[in-house]
Amino acid sequence: MHPVRRQRLLIVLLVVLFSSAAVGLVAYALRGNINLFFPPAEVARGEAPVGTPIRVGGMVREGSVQRSDDSLEVRFVITDFEADVPAVYEGILPDLFGEGQGAVASGVLNEQGVLVASEVLAKHDENYMPPEVSEALEKSGFDHKGNAR
Amino acid sequence: MWSFFHKLGSPPWLFGIAGSILRWLLPITLVALAVGLVWGLLFTHPDFRQGNSYRIIYIHVPAAVVALAGYYVMAIAGAVSLVWKMKMADVAMRACAPIGAALTFIALVTGSIWGKPTWGTWWVWDARITSMLILLFLYLGVVALYEAYDNKEAAGKACAVLSLVGTVNIPIIYKSVDWWYSLHQPASIRFTGGSTIDASMLYPLLLMIVAFYCLFTCCLLMNMRAELVEREARTNWVRKLARAGEARA
Repeated sequence: MHPVRRQRLLIVLLVVLFSSAAVGLVAYALRGNINLFFPPAEVARGEAPVGTPIRVGGMVREGSVQRSDDSLEVRFVITDFEADVPAVYEGILPDLFGEGQGAVASGVLNEQGVLVASEVLAKHDENYMPPEVSEALEKSGFDHKGNAR
Repeated sequence: MWSFFHKLGSPPWLFGIAGSILRWLLPITLVALAVGLVWGLLFTHPDFRQGNSYRIIYIHVPAAVVALAGYYVMAIAGAVSLVWKMKMADVAMRACAPIGAALTFIALVTGSIWGKPTWGTWWVWDARITSMLILLFLYLGVVALYEAYDNKEAAGKACAVLSLVGTVNIPIIYKSVDWWYSLHQPASIRFTGGSTIDASMLYPLLLMIVAFYCLFTCCLLMNMRAELVEREARTNWVRKLARAGEARA
């Protein structure tokens, strides 16, 4: 290769390399801030601030959803199967919110460790299948990868 | 081998070869798009959780995949034009930017439309969505930067550097759902291990991804042809072409 072109190629590669390194370091420094939510385990360890708005994300524990009779208030527990965070929310939940499904609730942790949520989002997972397949899997007791449930 | 590279640098030859590729690639693209859309939108089963709203996957995922791949095409063309001073690479880089911007925009809008019924919100500042928005700005930035210069050679250089620096964003977009907690779900199509999307839903999706790659190529070739004619407006071969066009009309 012509020496001038080789030098230019080297400069191009260095530009890519150094900008990647710079962005990589920034992302590493901000790694906590780029996360959209805290998992319940981090909340339990006291890593999430109390009294300021945060998001907590995980699964809605089976059997934990309690709806109030006379208002839109809903109580449920967000879990990552390591720790639990109870949450209370007043408002309309997304259609895909449900027990055993992912959810991200944003709100403020009160002194009792309850998340007073102002917004609840359903978190969808990466599994897509027709209803018949889902029912068949339900009966067989295996998930789509063949792991026993 | 080398004669091919020399021909690649010749605008009339590139104009001609792009035209003859388009003659068969464009019909294939349109058929693949039509078949994929009808198959995906009408003939697949609804999803067990999302019902019919998941069908936006047949537009959203192909647009996003090709928007990422198109950025590499633009950056590599930029690198070639920086290192080897190939004018045609500069044309290709310039032609990529608006197509990539359009695809990124489609991915963002369809994602937003899907997000409302599924997540319960149009928009959330999670890592995947924010990095995708940055991709849109990078594409638009290349278009704007190119237009900001009167000297097209300087414009090409500046855009090539911008697109090269921007490549760092592509692996970030791709891995964002694995590196950080995000609302966006991880990839359903995996190169290693099993995909987590049922085969009956996967095949039309793969067809749509191929169709979008073809669509990108068609748009790129058409854009490059338009750009070539504009740049070479004063040369003999373009004049001949224009005269031939007039004679036909």
